[in-house]
Amino acid sequence: MMLQIENLHARVAGKEILKGLSLEVKPGEVHAIMGPNGAGKSTLGNVLAGRSGYEVTQGSVMFDGSNLLEMDPEARAAAGLFLAFQYPVEIPGVNNTYFLRAALNAQRKTRGEAELDSVQFLKLVRERIKEMGMTPDLLNRAVNEGFSGGEKKRNEVFQMAVLEPRLAILDETDSGLDIDALKQVAAGVNALRSPERAFLVITHYQRLLDYIVPDFVHVLADGRIVESGDAQLARELEAHGYAWVRERTPAEAHA
Amino acid sequence: MTASLPFMQSMQEAAAQWRLPGSGLGWLHAARAEALQAFVARGLPDQRNELWKYTSLRVLAQKTYAAGDPQASSRAVDSARLPAPALHEPCAVFVNGAFSASLSRLDDLPQGVTVQSLAAALHEAPEPLRFLLDKHADDEDDGFTLLNRALTADGLILKIAPGVDVREPLHIVHVGVAAGAAAAFHLRSLVEVGEAARLRIVEHHVGEAQAGHLTNIVRDIGVHENAHLDWTIIQRAGADATLLRRSKVRLHDNAALDLHALELGGKLVRHEIRAELTGVRSRFESRGAFVLHGRQHADMEVLVTHRGRDSVSNAVWHGVADDRARGVVHGRILVQPGADGADGSFYNKNLLLSPDAEIDTRPALEIYADEVKANHGATVGQLDDNVLFYLRSRGIPLDVARHMLVHAFCSVALDGMEPAPLREHCAALLAEQLPEVSA
Repeated sequence: MMLQIENLHARVAGKEILKGLSLEVKPGEVHAIMGPNGAGKSTLGNVLAGRSGYEVTQGSVMFDGSNLLEMDPEARAAAGLFLAFQYPVEIPGVNNTYFLRAALNAQRKTRGEAELDSVQFLKLVRERIKEMGMTPDLLNRAVNEGFSGGEKKRNEVFQMAVLEPRLAILDETDSGLDIDALKQVAAGVNALRSPERAFLVITHYQRLLDYIVPDFVHVLADGRIVESGDAQLARELEAHGYAWVRERTPAEAHA
Repeated sequence: MTASLPFMQSMQEAAAQWRLPGSGLGWLHAARAEALQAFVARGLPDQRNELWKYTSLRVLAQKTYAAGDPQASSRAVDSARLPAPALHEPCAVFVNGAFSASLSRLDDLPQGVTVQSLAAALHEAPEPLRFLLDKHADDEDDGFTLLNRALTADGLILKIAPGVDVREPLHIVHVGVAAGAAAAFHLRSLVEVGEAARLRIVEHHVGEAQAGHLTNIVRDIGVHENAHLDWTIIQRAGADATLLRRSKVRLHDNAALDLHALELGGKLVRHEIRAELTGVRSRFESRGAFVLHGRQHADMEVLVTHRGRDSVSNAVWHGVADDRARGVVHGRILVQPGADGADGSFYNKNLLLSPDAEIDTRPALEIYADEVKANHGATVGQLDDNVLFYLRSRGIPLDVARHMLVHAFCSVALDGMEPAPLREHCAALLAEQLPEVSA
C-alpha cells in the first residue's frame, strides 16, 4: 500500500472539517475525490502536503510505511508527495528554473541521490517542457508571476513532470481552465501515469475525469467518504447531483 | 545635547589638537573655527529634527573618538579585504579616513579625468576649493555637516571634463582597520561630471569587525548638462562602525543619475541623499536595499527636490530587518514652483524577520507646481506563509526557502545594475549576508 489514511479527523481554525476519512491508494492507481463545496476536498490535500493551520486531531496517514503526519512539508516532497495547488502562488524575483532546480536537488539530496548540475538539469527541463506543450520562455520568468490562470496550472503539471513524485495530488487543477487548457493539463497528467505512480485527483466537476479517467471515484461529503465506485460513479453524479449521494447513503453519512 | 557630553568634548579636543591639512590658510582656519562654534552651539541632531526622528544619538553622545588615525598611512590592509571588482580597475582607496596612494590605482585614467585627494589639493592649490570649504552655517546644516566642516582632513576631488566617457568603473573604497582607539574621520568630497560626460562610480565600504570608528562623509556631486552618472554603493562597513553620509547631488538640464545602493554592514549607518533636480528633464533613478541583523541601525533619507520642468525621479527601496535591528526609510518628494510636468515616485517595501525588529517608513509628497505626477507607497510586512509553504511543498527546506525569498526581495537593488559582473558580485554579497538571517 502506498497511501493509507485511517479515520482522519482534521480541524481548520477550530472547526472540524475532516470527520473520519479513510482511503487506501496503491501504486499505479488514479483516485478521484469529488464532492460539493465545503466537503473537505482541499483540506484533505493540504493536510497530506503538511500546510500549517491544519490540525489533525485523530487518525493516521501512512505513506510508503512512514508516518506522513510527523514529516515536514519538504520531507514529504522528498519522500515523493506532490501537491498541485488550487491557487499557485506568485513569487516575484525567484526565477522559475532556479526554483525548480533548487527543489529537485534538495529532494535528491534528502534521498541520498546525486544532485544534477546545470547542464543535466537544463536537458531535463527542456524535454519536459516540450512534453507539456509549454513555451520555454516560461523558464526564464519569475515563478508564476504574471502567469494567466491556465499558465499557472500548466506550470504545476510541469513542475510535477520534473519532480517525478510517487503520489501526485491535484487540487482542483481544472478550476478556471477553458477546454483547451483543460485538455493540455490532462494530457500532461496522463503522460505521467505509470505503474509506480499514483494520483489523487480532487475536483468538483466530472468534466476533468473525461480526460483523466480514474480507477476509483470517491464522494466526499461532510468530512468523510460516503460513496466509492469506478469512473461510472462520476457520470452518475454529473447526472443526479451531489444531493443524490446524500439521499442514497443517509445511514452511513450520519453514522 | 550639551557641550559637556563625552562625544562633544572629544570633538572639541580633536579640533584643538589636530593639525589639519591647510591649517596655514587664514580663510580655512576661520571657516573651521566658525563651524566648530556652530557645532558646539547646535550640538548633535536630536529626534525633534524631522530628518533624525527615528535615529537616536543618545548612545553615540556618550562615546569618545580620537582625532583621526595618525598612523593611517602605514596601516596594513589585507588585500583579501579589498572588494574584488576594485582589484583590477581604477580605484581610490581611503584607509581610516586618509587617502592611500599606495593602495590606490589611478594611473591609467583616461584623458579628462582628474582625481585628487582633498589633503593633496589643499596642499597644492587650495583656492579652487574655497567655495566648498569656506561656508557659513545655514538651515541645511546639522551637527555632523558642521563637524565635518570643522574637522575635514581628507576626501576626494573628482572631475570629469565635458564629453569624456569613462568606460571603466572608478572604485572608491573606504577601509576601516583597528587602530587602538575608536577614531572619527571627516571626509569632504566633490564630484563634477562635465557636460555630456559619462562616469560610473562604485563606492565600497569595508572594515574589520573590531574597528569601531566613526566616518562622517559630506559630498557635493554635480551632474552637468546631458551628463550621466552611474553610482553604485556597496556598503559592508565593519560590524562596529558608525557611518554617516550626506550627499548633495545637483542635476542640470537632461542630466541623469542612476543610483544602486546595497547597505549591508555597520552598526549605525545613515545616508542622507539630497537630490536637486534643477535642470529641465533631469532624471534621478534610485534602487536600494538594506539587510540588518543583530542590533544594526540603518537610516536612509532620500530627499528629492524637483525644480526643473519635466524632471523625473523614481525610487524603489526595500528593507529587511532581523533580530533587534532597526531600519528607517524616509522618502520625500518636493516639487517646487516652476517644476511643471515633474514626475516623481517613491516606493518602499520592508520585511521584518523577527518580532523584535522594527522599520519605520515615511513617504512624503509636497507639490507646488502644475501638471505633476507623483506617487508614493510604503509597506512593512513579514514573509508570506503561503509562499513559504509553496516552496517547502516542492522540497525546499524552510531555511533555504526563507533565504530565497529574502534574496529575491532585496534583488530590487540590483535591477538594471551594470556591468553584469558587478551585479553578480553584489548578488553574491547579498547571498553571503543572508545565512545570518535566523531560520
